[in-house]
Amino acid sequence: MQYLMLIYGAESDWARKTPQEQEAVKKGFGQLRDELNNTGKFKGGSQLTPISAATTVRVRGGKRLTTDGPFAETKEQLGGYFLVDAKDLDEAISIAARMPSALDGSIEIRPLVVMEQAAKQG
Amino acid sequence: MDFEKLYREESGRILSTLIRLFGDFDLAEEMLQEAYAAALQQWPAGGTPANPRAWLISTARNKAIDRLRRERRFEEKSEEIYKTSEFTVQPAAVLEDEMFPDDRLRLIFTCCHPALDNDAQVALTLRTVCGMTTEEISKAFLVPVPTMAQRLVRAKRKIRDAGIPYREPAQEDLQDRVEAVLLVLYLIFNEGYLASSGDSLVRRELCAEAIRLGRILCGLLPRQAEARALLGLMLLQDSRSEARVNAEGELVLLDEQNRSLWRADEIQEGTELVQSALRSGAAGIYAIQASIAAVHANASTARETDWRQIVGLYDVLLRANPSPVIEVNRAVAVAMAGPIQDGLAILDALEYRRELADFHLLPAARADLLRRLGRGAEAADAYRLALSLATNDVERRFLSRRLASLTS
Repeated sequence: MQYLMLIYGAESDWARKTPQEQEAVKKGFGQLRDELNNTGKFKGGSQLTPISAATTVRVRGGKRLTTDGPFAETKEQLGGYFLVDAKDLDEAISIAARMPSALDGSIEIRPLVVMEQAAKQG
Repeated sequence: MDFEKLYREESGRILSTLIRLFGDFDLAEEMLQEAYAAALQQWPAGGTPANPRAWLISTARNKAIDRLRRERRFEEKSEEIYKTSEFTVQPAAVLEDEMFPDDRLRLIFTCCHPALDNDAQVALTLRTVCGMTTEEISKAFLVPVPTMAQRLVRAKRKIRDAGIPYREPAQEDLQDRVEAVLLVLYLIFNEGYLASSGDSLVRRELCAEAIRLGRILCGLLPRQAEARALLGLMLLQDSRSEARVNAEGELVLLDEQNRSLWRADEIQEGTELVQSALRSGAAGIYAIQASIAAVHANASTARETDWRQIVGLYDVLLRANPSPVIEVNRAVAVAMAGPIQDGLAILDALEYRRELADFHLLPAARADLLRRLGRGAEAADAYRLALSLATNDVERRFLSRRLASLTS
């Protein structure tokens, strides 16, 4: 199954980290990505720019509404994602638990809808 | 062949195997029903097979293959299901498993996956592993039936959509799941100890089931003091089973029980387990409740019971786990320690709070205290209220007798 891992953390926490700490986080993600890549489990992923670069678009009654910032202001922001191929939720959980951001932020694991379900759910 | 008994005793175990093999709760439940229907049709004429369980599993498996072929889903599932042919030929061989000697315990751990809502974990396990009906489970949880049905549907959907695996947890995940598993065993035992409905007070097979699963769990997790405490608690409660119901199948309260009918072996084993758990530093909810049960079990008469110690233990328990049901039990102990009015005052306050408006044991406990205080008319009213709420036939007869003795 494919799982999208949404990596959340407070941007203020990231800003407070020393360059060495930031480097360690990046290195941790890099190692995990390489490892998943070598076993064919890594399907994509990236760090995201801060929410200051975010734009939200809605179309209502044919009218396009474009606003600055994310859809909702929350304590933790979406800072990156991994798309991972895992055999089940247990494997997905153990991969997520190894992400450096799990230590101070949180990882939301969302299974992608598979075709069979997509057909059923219409 | 007593089909009802067969269903009660075997369905949980068979379903556990089918769920593991099909990887699909709903398919397993449906095929089990169909296999039972086939047995009802074929066994009376053709004779009961030597191994009814293996017959039912094999029949359910064949029906699943037919179904999947019809629905053209066979390719994706065939590999999983073919693995079962080996099982149906030699059931004993596959059930031998060093780490998890029983499919039901394996399934309990799957149902108790931390990615599921806590209440859903317990409900799903009771529904599938123990073959309890949705109605019985809602009673155990004190929630309406539709709420429970919805909870079960949601849990099954999450298992399917999120890819929660059907297999035993890895060693490092065990700890994570123990708490929910203990609660499951505890609720199974309670349902057996005081069946929520029907004409028998105790469903021994559920108690035996919970105790058996508790033993396996203790074997798996030797360092889990709370698992030992829970097993001890269940044994101490179970030791009184014979004395709680008389020859006519009627309920006998603790203070009127023939204590020579209490099972000394279970009391001894239970007491030792509690002591061992307490020595390992456990003072969790099971260790405290087991300590209360041990005080009862080791008293030679109701009068000689150390009720003050029991009240003290209930105080500790309430701090660890606030619950109005525990407050009812504490109030009864307070009344036993005396004076009765003190216990009654607590029950009156609980009734006023209305949290337990549907719980028959609250008015039943009040009625008993009022009766002992000689306040017959009020006691009769409370018995009537309890009767309107009680659903177990044995309890209802007991309440009716008490009511009749007051009004005659």
